Amino acid sequence: MIQSQIATGVPWQRTVGAVVLAIIVSGVVLAVAHMNPFQAYGALVSGAFFTPLAIGTTLADALPLMLVGVGVAITFQAGLVNIGGEAQYVVGSIAAALVGIAFAHMAGPLHIALALLAAMVAGAILGLVPGVLKAYFSVNEIVSTLMLSYASVYFANYLLQAGPMSVSPYLQQSANIPASAIIPALIPGTQISWGLLLAPAAALGVAWFLRQTRTGFSIRMMGQNLSAARYAGAPVGILTVVALTLAGALGGLGGGVEVLGNFHVLYDSFADNYGFDAFVVALMARNNPWGVLLVALLFGALESGGSAMQASTGVTAAMIDVVEGLIIFFIAADRIVAWATDRRRARAGSGTSPAEEVQA
Amino acid sequence: MSFLANPDLWANALALTVPIALAALGATFCERGGVVNIAMEGLMEIGAFVAVVVAAVTGNAWIGTLGAVAAGMAASALLGWTALHMKSNQVITGMAVNALFTGLTGAGGLTGFLLVAVYGMQGTPTSTPQLPLWHIPVVNGIPFLGQILSGQISLFYVFVVLAVVAHFALYRTRWGLRLRSVGENPWAADALGLRVRALKWQGVLISGAMSGLAGAYLSIGTLNLYNTDMVAGRGFIALAAVIVGGWTPLGAVGVSLLFGVLTALTYQLQATTSLPQNLVLMAPYLLTVIVLAVAARRVRAPAADGAVFEPRQ
Repeated sequence: MIQSQIATGVPWQRTVGAVVLAIIVSGVVLAVAHMNPFQAYGALVSGAFFTPLAIGTTLADALPLMLVGVGVAITFQAGLVNIGGEAQYVVGSIAAALVGIAFAHMAGPLHIALALLAAMVAGAILGLVPGVLKAYFSVNEIVSTLMLSYASVYFANYLLQAGPMSVSPYLQQSANIPASAIIPALIPGTQISWGLLLAPAAALGVAWFLRQTRTGFSIRMMGQNLSAARYAGAPVGILTVVALTLAGALGGLGGGVEVLGNFHVLYDSFADNYGFDAFVVALMARNNPWGVLLVALLFGALESGGSAMQASTGVTAAMIDVVEGLIIFFIAADRIVAWATDRRRARAGSGTSPAEEVQA
Repeated sequence: MSFLANPDLWANALALTVPIALAALGATFCERGGVVNIAMEGLMEIGAFVAVVVAAVTGNAWIGTLGAVAAGMAASALLGWTALHMKSNQVITGMAVNALFTGLTGAGGLTGFLLVAVYGMQGTPTSTPQLPLWHIPVVNGIPFLGQILSGQISLFYVFVVLAVVAHFALYRTRWGLRLRSVGENPWAADALGLRVRALKWQGVLISGAMSGLAGAYLSIGTLNLYNTDMVAGRGFIALAAVIVGGWTPLGAVGVSLLFGVLTALTYQLQATTSLPQNLVLMAPYLLTVIVLAVAARRVRAPAADGAVFEPRQ
C-alpha cells in the first residue's frame, strides 16, 4: 500500500502551490519573530541568483542532489523506500578521490572518466548490498540503507581523520586531487563544473530506461502493484537488485562529481545528509527524472540563498529548513493546496491515484 | 572478555537504550493502528527543546518532561491531521515533520530557529534543572545487578513500566485488539462499527507523547541543556527498531536494547583498544544489518500500514 503511494507521487501543480504556500507561512513566522520577511526573501533570492558567483553556488549545491535524486527516483518507481543516498554519495566521493590521487599522470579526460567510473562502481556496490539483502534475505531496505548510511560516514571519517587517506595526522583531509582529474569550472571562478552536464544526461538515461525498456517497465509495474507484478511473472527479486544498484551508481556519481568538480580534495565532514535531501527531492518531483532536476535546483537555491540571507540579514539559515519542511508538508497535505489552488479539484478522493483506488 | 563483568558497561547500555526504545514503543502503536511514522527524529527534537524551556521557566524538570510530552503530541498532531484528514502520503508527511523540526541540512529546522529566537547564541540556561537519578531501595543492595538497575535516570523506570503497559495494552485489552484490527483492515473494522479514525489518532498521539519523553530524556535527563541536532539520528534508529522488532512493543524494546548494548560496547572498545575509533563506531550499524540478514525472519508489517482510509459518510 505504502509502496503504491511512493510510486505515484503528486501532481506538479500541487508542488508549485506548496512552494508558494510555504513561502507565505514562513514569511508569517519571520514576521512573528520580528524579522522583515521581504528583506529576508530579497536577500535569499539575490544570494541564490543575482551574480554569476551566486548562480554557480546554487548550481553546485543542486548538482549532487540532482544525481542522487534521479537515482532515488528509480527506486521509488520500484516501490522501494531507499534512504541510502548518503552512503552511495560518500563511497562515490571516496572512490573518485582514491582514483584521482592514485593515477596522477594520466591524460585528463581519461583520468576523469576513470575516477567517475570508480565512483559509480563504489556507489553501485552500496546499492547492490541492500538490494540483495532485500531480495534474498528479506531485510527491510529502509533499515539496511539507513544503517549503511551511518556506517559509511564513519568509514569516511576513519579514512580521513588521521587514517589511510589523510594527507597528514593534523589535517582531516585527503591529498589534493591532481589537475588531470579535476573537472574544469563551467562558470570560471565559481563552484560549478562541467559535471553539471551529467545531470540532464542522467535524467535522460533514466527516463529512457524506465519508459522504453522492458526492465524499466517491469520496475514501474512492480512499484504500482507488487502482487500484480509477481502474478505477471516479473522477476521481482532481480528487479529489486537492479533498481537499487542503478540508484547506487547514480548516487556514487553524485559524490564523484562533487569531489572532482567542486571540492578538489576530500574533507572529513563532506557528507551533507544527501540521503534525506535526495529522498525528499525525488518525492517532490513525483519520481520524474526531469522533475528531480527542477526540485534539486530549488533546493540548491534555498541552500545558497539561505547562507547569503544569514550573512546579510542575520536571519538564521535554520529558516531554510522551515521553508523546506513546509514545502514538503504542503505537498504531502495536498488537499490544502488543492483547496487553495484549484477549488474544482478539491473534491474527495482527488489525492488518490487509480492504482490506489484499485487497491482500496 | 573481562570487561563484560564491568557493571558500568551494562548500566551504560541501558541508559543508551532508553531514548531509542521510548520512541520505538510509541511508534509501534502508531504503526499498529496503520499510520506509518518515520517522524520520530523530529518529534524527539522538539520534545528535547521544549523540555528545557519548560524546565528552565518552571524550575521543575518533571514539569519540563510534561512539556516535552505535550510538544511531542502537538507535533505528531501535524502528522495525524495530514495523514488522517488530508489523506496525505504518510512517508512524505513524516519526512516533512522531520525537515520542519530538525532540518534536512543540519541547521536545526524550526527547533534551531526557536533556540536562537528564545535564547540567542549563548545556548539554553545553565540553571536548567535536571531529572533526578533514582536509587531503588532493595535492588540497590544486590551485587552487580544493583549497580546496573539502580541509580539510573528516573525516566528509565518510567520507561520500564511503560514497556510492560504497552505490551499489555496492545495484546491483552479490548482497546489493543481494536487498534490492531484497524491497522490490519480498517474497512472491516469500520464495518464492525469501530471508530477507525479515532483509534488511529490515539496511535499517532501515543507516538508523539513517547517521542517527546525520549527527547526529554536526552535534554534534561542525561544533561540539562539542549543543543542543535541533539537527537542525532536516534529517531531513525528507533524506526529501524520498530521494523526489525516486527512491529511489537517488546520486539522494539529488544532491538533497541541490542543497539544500546552494541553502542556501549563500542564506547568500551574505544577506551580499551587501539582499534581506530571510527571503525569501532561503524560496528553497531553494520552488526544490525548482519543480525537482520542472518536472522532472516520474515517480519510482517500491519497489512494496512500507510493505507488511506476514507470513513463512511
